[in-house]
Amino acid sequence: MAERILDVQNLKIDFHTYAGEVKAIRDVSFHLDRGETLAIVGESGSGKSVTTKSLMGLLANNAKVKGGRVMFHGDDILQYSEKKMQTIRGKDIAMIFQDPMTSLDPTMKIGRQIAEPLMKHKHVDKKKALEQAVEMLRLVGIVNPEERVNDYPHQFSGGQRQRIVIAIALICYPEILIADEPTTALDVTIQAQILDLMKELQQKIETSIIFITHDLGVVAGMADRVAVMYAGEILEYGTVDEIFYNPQHPYTWGLLNSMPTLDSKHLESIPGTPPDLLDPPKGDPFAPRNPYAMKIDTEKKAPFFKVSETHYASTWLLAPGAPKVTPPAEIQRRQKIYAKLKSGELSRTDVANLAE
Amino acid sequence: MPEQKKKLLQVKHLKQYFNVGKPDELHAVDDMTFDIYEGETFGLVGESGSGKTTTGRAIIHLYEPTDGEIIFNGKDVSQLKSRKERLEFTREMQMIFQDPYASLNPRMTVRDIIAEGIDIHHLAKNEQERNDRVAELLDTVGLNKDHASRYPHEFSGGQRQRIGIARALAVDPKFIIADEPISALDVSIQAQVVNLLKDLQEKHGLTYLFIAHDLSMVKYISDRIGVMHYGKLLEVGPADEVYTQPLHDYTASLISAVPVPDPEFERNRRQIPYDAAAEDESDGVPRKLHEITPGHFVRCTEAEVPMYKERAAENAKKAQAQAAERAELIED
Repeated sequence: MAERILDVQNLKIDFHTYAGEVKAIRDVSFHLDRGETLAIVGESGSGKSVTTKSLMGLLANNAKVKGGRVMFHGDDILQYSEKKMQTIRGKDIAMIFQDPMTSLDPTMKIGRQIAEPLMKHKHVDKKKALEQAVEMLRLVGIVNPEERVNDYPHQFSGGQRQRIVIAIALICYPEILIADEPTTALDVTIQAQILDLMKELQQKIETSIIFITHDLGVVAGMADRVAVMYAGEILEYGTVDEIFYNPQHPYTWGLLNSMPTLDSKHLESIPGTPPDLLDPPKGDPFAPRNPYAMKIDTEKKAPFFKVSETHYASTWLLAPGAPKVTPPAEIQRRQKIYAKLKSGELSRTDVANLAE
Repeated sequence: MPEQKKKLLQVKHLKQYFNVGKPDELHAVDDMTFDIYEGETFGLVGESGSGKTTTGRAIIHLYEPTDGEIIFNGKDVSQLKSRKERLEFTREMQMIFQDPYASLNPRMTVRDIIAEGIDIHHLAKNEQERNDRVAELLDTVGLNKDHASRYPHEFSGGQRQRIGIARALAVDPKFIIADEPISALDVSIQAQVVNLLKDLQEKHGLTYLFIAHDLSMVKYISDRIGVMHYGKLLEVGPADEVYTQPLHDYTASLISAVPVPDPEFERNRRQIPYDAAAEDESDGVPRKLHEITPGHFVRCTEAEVPMYKERAAENAKKAQAQAAERAELIED
C-alpha cells in the first residue's frame, strides 16, 4: 500500500470580487502518494492553479477557504500561520511556475537564487550553499556550472531558465513538487528535454509531483494518475491508462476528442464555454455543453461512481439503470485498445505502434 | 493537381535582415522561396526564433524586405506605391494575431473594431448597412449580434479570437495570415476556432497562411506544410507526408518531440536528437529546395539529392508497412 503523503479533503475556496463571490473551488478531494506523479488537467478557470496555490499558502488576499482540509504529515496546513507556512514552503513543498521569465529575480545572480532556500531553510552557510548550487546546476544539465552560477537570468535561454527554476525548487529535496504548466511557454523540443529532466530528477530525489497542465499529450507522458477538473470540481480521476483508454465522463471524452489524431478529418470541438462561477450551475457543471446530458444532470450533481479500485467518475451515466450511450468514435477506439490490452490480446508495444 | 491551381502568393528568395550593417545584424529570414495556391492552407511551423512570424509580417508588408520578391495576385507587394494600390492590397490580405488580449483595442466597441476596415474601404453606404454587416459577421463567427456594443474585456479568449476573425473577414479578403491564432486558447476552444477557420475557408474560398508551433494542429488544418529553422525553409510538402514521412533530420526531430495523448506511445517514445551542424552552410556549396518526391522539397546541396531520394523511398515503404500493421491490429 502506497504511503499517502498529501490528502486534500473537501476543499472549498471562494474569491471575493466586486461582482460577488466567485466559487472557484467547489468541494475538491484528492490525494498524492509518495513517489507518484499526479496530473491535474483542466482548462483555464477550472481551478487547477487555485488548488495548488492553496497547498502552498499562496492564495490571493481576496480568496477565502470556505471549508476542507489539506493534510500533510498529520497536520492541516490550511490552519498554519504564515510564519509556520514559511517553514515548509520551498523546503517540503516546492513549486515550479509556468513562466521562467518572470519567476526569477532579474537582479540577482542565479547561484544566489538557487542557494537561498538552503541558507534559509537548512541554515547552510553561504559558501557551502553556493557549492551545492553548482552541483544542482550540473544535475539539471547546465553546462559549465562553476562559471554560470555568477550569471544573471537574462544571460540564459528560456529552456535554461526553466532548468534553473527547477534547480531552485529541488535544492532542498522537497517531498512534494508542484509544477504549474512548467513547459507551456517552451518549444516542443525544449519541452521534451525539460520533461525528461523532471522524470529523471524525480527518481534521484524521490519527490512526489503534482503536475498541472492543459496539455493531454504531456499528461500521457508524465502522469501515474490523472484528475480531470472542470468548473472548480474534479469530474473524474484514475490511473493514466484508465483516463486515456477507458474514460467515463463526457467531459473527458470531449477533451480527448478535441485533440487531432493522425487520421482525423474533422475535429470534434466541445460547444459552448465553461460556466460562470459567480453563479455555478446546480447539477453537473458540464451538463450545458454535454450532448449526453440527461435531465438529472441539470438538477443534481452525480456522486463518484466506482469504475475500478483506482478509477472514479462523477457522471450519472454510470448509475445503475442509466441508459446506455455510445461514446464518440475516438473514445470507442481507445476503449477497444484498453479491452485488448487487459485481455492480453495486444501487448504494450503493439499499442505504442498503434498510436504512432 | 496543385500544378493546375493558381498561385495566389509567390515568395521568391525573401530575405529579411535586421540591424543591417551593425555588429548584431540578424538574418531573421534568409532566402525563403515558396508558393501558396488559391484555396489552400499553407502551414508554416518552426520553433520560436525560427523566423516564421517575420515571414508572415514581411508578406503583409509590415516590413520592407531586405531582398527578394513577394508577388501577390500577380503584383509585387513592395512595388505598390499609390495609396489606392495599397488599399486594394490590404483589402485582399488580412491578418489574425496570436494574442487575443493584445490585438483588440480595449477602448473600442466590438462594432467599431470590426467595422474599422469597412469604414476605411467605404464598404457601407450608411450607418444601417454598417451595423447590418457587423451583425452578419458576428453571426458568421458564432457570436451574438448584441455583442456589438460591448468592449473586448467582456469576452473570453476564444470569443476575442472570434472577434479578431470577424475583423479580418469584414473586408472580404482573399488571403488571411493567421499567426499562431490558437496557441493562447484552451484545448476545447482551440478545436472550435480551427473548425471555424475551416468552415469559413469552404464558404468564402479563402486561402490561409497558418503559422504555428503546434505541429499536430498544423498538420490537421494544412494542405501543405513548410518547416522553418534559423530563418531558412528546410522542408516543404503535403501535410500528411511531411508529418509521417519527414525527409529533413530537423523535421523528424521536431515531430518526435510532439507529445501524443496516448500513455503507451509516450512510454515508448524515442526522441530523435538533432545536430544543427547539418545546416552549416559555411562550406559555400549552394543549397536550395530540391524536389525529392512530387511536391515534397527539402533544402540540400545537389550532391545530397540521391541520399534524400533513397530516404524518401525507405520512408514510403515503412509508412506502408505501418499502415498495414495498424489496420491488422485494429481489426477484430
